[in-house]
Amino acid sequence: MSVTSTDQVTFTRPSGARAVKNSLATVCVSLAAVLAIIPLVSILYSVISKGFSLIVSSGWWTLSQRGITPRREGGGIYHAVVGTVEIALICALIAVPIGVLGAIFLIEYARGKKAARIVSFTVDILSGVPSIVAALFIYALFITIFGWGRSAIATSCALVLLMLPTVLRSTEEMLKLVPDSLREAAYALGVPKWKTILRVTVPTAFSGISTGIVLGLARVMGETAPLLILVAYGQGINYSPTSDVMAALPTMINSGRDQAQQMPGYERVWGAALSLILIVMALNLLARAIARMSKLREK
Amino acid sequence: MSVTRTGNTEALDPEQSPLEQHGDVSTPMPKLQVRSRPTVATGTSEPRTGVRLAKIRRTGDRVFFGMSTGSGVLIVLLVVFVGVFLLALALPSLLANQANFLTSREWTVSGSELRFGIAGLLWTTVLSSVVAMAIAVPIAIGVALFITQYAPRRVAGPLAFTVDLLAAVPSIIFGLWGIAVLGPLLVPTSDWLSSRLGFIPIFAPGIRSPGTVFVVSVVLAIMILPIVTAISRDVFTQTPRDHVEAALSLGATRWEMIRTAVLPYGRSGVISASMLGLGRALGETVAVMIILSKPADNSGFAPSLFAGGETFASKIANNAAEFDTPSKTGAFIASGLVLFIVTFAVNAVARIISDRGHARS
Amino acid sequence: MSMNRRAASRLSSVAAVLAIGTLGLTACGSDPVTAGAEPGAAGGSGSAGGSASASDLTCAEGKLTAEGSSAQANAISEVISQYNAECGDKASIEYNPTGSGAGIKSFYNGLVDFAGSDSALKSEEKDGVVETEKAEQRCEGNPAWNLPMVVGPIAFAYNVDGVDKLVLNAEVLSQIFNGEIKTWNDPKIAKLNSGVTLPSENITVFFRSDESGTTENVTKFLAAAGEGAWTDEPGKSWTGTGEGKNKSSGVAEGVTNTKNSISYMEWSYASDNSLKIAQLDNGAGPVELTGQAVAKAVSEAEIKGSGNDLTLEVKYAGTAEGAYPALLVTYEIVCSKGLEADKTAIVKDFLSFFASADTQAGLEELGYAPLPDELRSKVETAVKAIQ
Repeated sequence: MSVTSTDQVTFTRPSGARAVKNSLATVCVSLAAVLAIIPLVSILYSVISKGFSLIVSSGWWTLSQRGITPRREGGGIYHAVVGTVEIALICALIAVPIGVLGAIFLIEYARGKKAARIVSFTVDILSGVPSIVAALFIYALFITIFGWGRSAIATSCALVLLMLPTVLRSTEEMLKLVPDSLREAAYALGVPKWKTILRVTVPTAFSGISTGIVLGLARVMGETAPLLILVAYGQGINYSPTSDVMAALPTMINSGRDQAQQMPGYERVWGAALSLILIVMALNLLARAIARMSKLREK
Repeated sequence: MSVTRTGNTEALDPEQSPLEQHGDVSTPMPKLQVRSRPTVATGTSEPRTGVRLAKIRRTGDRVFFGMSTGSGVLIVLLVVFVGVFLLALALPSLLANQANFLTSREWTVSGSELRFGIAGLLWTTVLSSVVAMAIAVPIAIGVALFITQYAPRRVAGPLAFTVDLLAAVPSIIFGLWGIAVLGPLLVPTSDWLSSRLGFIPIFAPGIRSPGTVFVVSVVLAIMILPIVTAISRDVFTQTPRDHVEAALSLGATRWEMIRTAVLPYGRSGVISASMLGLGRALGETVAVMIILSKPADNSGFAPSLFAGGETFASKIANNAAEFDTPSKTGAFIASGLVLFIVTFAVNAVARIISDRGHARS
Repeated sequence: MSMNRRAASRLSSVAAVLAIGTLGLTACGSDPVTAGAEPGAAGGSGSAGGSASASDLTCAEGKLTAEGSSAQANAISEVISQYNAECGDKASIEYNPTGSGAGIKSFYNGLVDFAGSDSALKSEEKDGVVETEKAEQRCEGNPAWNLPMVVGPIAFAYNVDGVDKLVLNAEVLSQIFNGEIKTWNDPKIAKLNSGVTLPSENITVFFRSDESGTTENVTKFLAAAGEGAWTDEPGKSWTGTGEGKNKSSGVAEGVTNTKNSISYMEWSYASDNSLKIAQLDNGAGPVELTGQAVAKAVSEAEIKGSGNDLTLEVKYAGTAEGAYPALLVTYEIVCSKGLEADKTAIVKDFLSFFASADTQAGLEELGYAPLPDELRSKVETAVKAIQ
């Protein structure tokens, strides 16, 4: 960009050693980019080449796997999509209000106070919780102590621990960006603080907040470890979040990978993986679109 | 969405009493409330407006304040509860443990006598994650620089998107790909390294199959690449324009400009991004579980990159189906707690570094 | 500000439309698969004929859930879809392979209607629970029966170039698995394989890193038949040497991709991955792994349970010529009485279909061995006696 203009201005080109270093750096940086692309292409290639024919096959998105044994072709992922979406939505239902309100607390009520630092610190801890530990916690609480069975709702609760920090942090960042002048203007008009928050601050930061929520959802949907511990995979469609058997795309992949590699059941691993990638990608694109729209608006 | 949320809160107004009670029960809140008011007033252009509005404002404010404070308190309580609860469940097993929890490599938790220790788990977990970071961070910085400083916009956008796509791939797929595609490809490299550098313990020859810590490290590196790249990219784009232009106007080459303007500015951001990546790698479960070979119980300690091993997360997940007794579960929870502490420490370091960076800039 | 809000509300409506769209899309296509219900589809897929014997099925209606052993998962899911095909999908039967321990627990806690398990209910106390008593409580005071239903042979699969036929016995296997025999050309292996050129390479052993009934049964077999070469207590976690891999697919994958390796796994994993399977010398000569050879070994098992409880004690050592004794028997654990009447009807109907000669014969294609006839008829009698 501006390099060309400097080129015109400079009287001598950079001396040998400097030029060499510069080109070396260019080579290294480009090499890094290529290196990063290779595994991605390889992974996407294996998934797409093995999964694509499945996800466009009839019934893939509308049928479950009930009655389909690993040796048979056919069936779809409807049951797993239902489970994944349901688990993620229940999780979001719990995590989003707490996360957004927590961020409002940090920014609007307790900014710079000791309470904010304590909450912020605990959110840091929470964001460091590995998914397997979150799952262990819920397992210990729900299953060992309360004696409930495994259930989809237990999974949702474990995922809340993972989604909460994402939602809270992104909301916090966005609320920080809301200019104080907006708030002051509202106060000056005599708008009560809570109304200012709900009608001015949050709507202004809305796109950023929803980006955070969508990204949090995307992260939660791809999680496998909590599902392995907290809910059994079932081949049929199950809408009830309290029963102990519910399919989800990651557990469908996990159960499929335990088949011999030539089986149609193993092939479905790639179809399910591709579907999961597509769903998560769609969510990412949604987040991006929301972010872009907000940028346009600012201009 | 904003509309519905407003609707919700207004609908909640009549039921404010339970919330208020809630606010009164937990002690820190009245204090906060008192303190928060003046700041609002002084922070803004002191709009002590109409007396008539005061009452309405107070109810609405109190409800909303109560709700958001409640959420804050809830998060704190939740984290404290998670910690205390896990500790409480782990303690009986820890007390009954006949082996040294921190230094032993044994893991016998099903019999009458409990003998378990985390030394081997800790080593494999940390080794694989640190190596992953050592591989991923330079590449991530390179990609971030390429996207922000080198590539034309037409290339940068799609490249950034593809790298972000990596984050969308479920970890179980990384595991399957790692063991089936990447692992066999890396066998010659590992053989070469172990034949040349085998005298160094971490390069000592290990197992025959591709289920080595080395393969896991490479897969983890690929998995944390997107997050480190994304954050580094963000920091690099925020480099103040005038720094860049000042460097260029002094006749700096592009690399010199990057070295003197972009990298110093982004350093703390990159470091904290790497720490976040490290935290991710430490807790990664399923991919590690699929790839890594578990060494036999009676085998000696093999610190090598080319040996098998188990990480905290893979061990827990591998045995989750058989958590049938409290003492057994307790032993796994104890190891989970250690993982929790390690990742927390890493995240805290990341936080401190990024805070310091903010303070400086 | 109003602009912001308008944009925000526009955004939220976009998001809402998208969300509803996705939900709607998936909700519209809510067809549960009835592939099993179409007899043509099920029969057409070549799943080993359950064709003729279906005449005495009552095809009761209702819903049945079961869970437990993953070792029999492939068998039971195949049988369920055959049953559904015969009965036109009247009953809904679901089996979730959550593991034997989990299955038994869910069964005695009343969460499922029957359990599949690789080991019979234990009558001695373990961790403060006596499984048989708990199960009796669940069955309203009636004993629960262990009905052997699926026999899973264990294959010793190996990957050695140039060696297409390998004979091993329990003693040599024990020594390979505990690390005493380190190379393929060890004299002890050579002695069993005269005329075969064995490489001088090191042996890589793979084992199951997760706790598993397969490991338990292999170690039981080695401890019983290994002439004292296997000294560890049999158990679900591996105590021998080697490299651990997650699940059967993991060990199968390990053997496939690693030269000079050997491991134990369910027969279906070895055959589906086209791995070479060692013959087992049971003392009376080498035996190839076939359904018949396994059935022969099962027929030598002693029935430990009383009456219709058919708990087996598998005879691992000293089996007759032509018997392949490395196997695991999985049971269906059912209430002899006390389950709700409508469920009892399906349980009886389904299990009698499961135990029928045709169904059992069809299992061999899936890598299981059929029950020997004598035992099979005892199982049928027991199923009939369920009230």
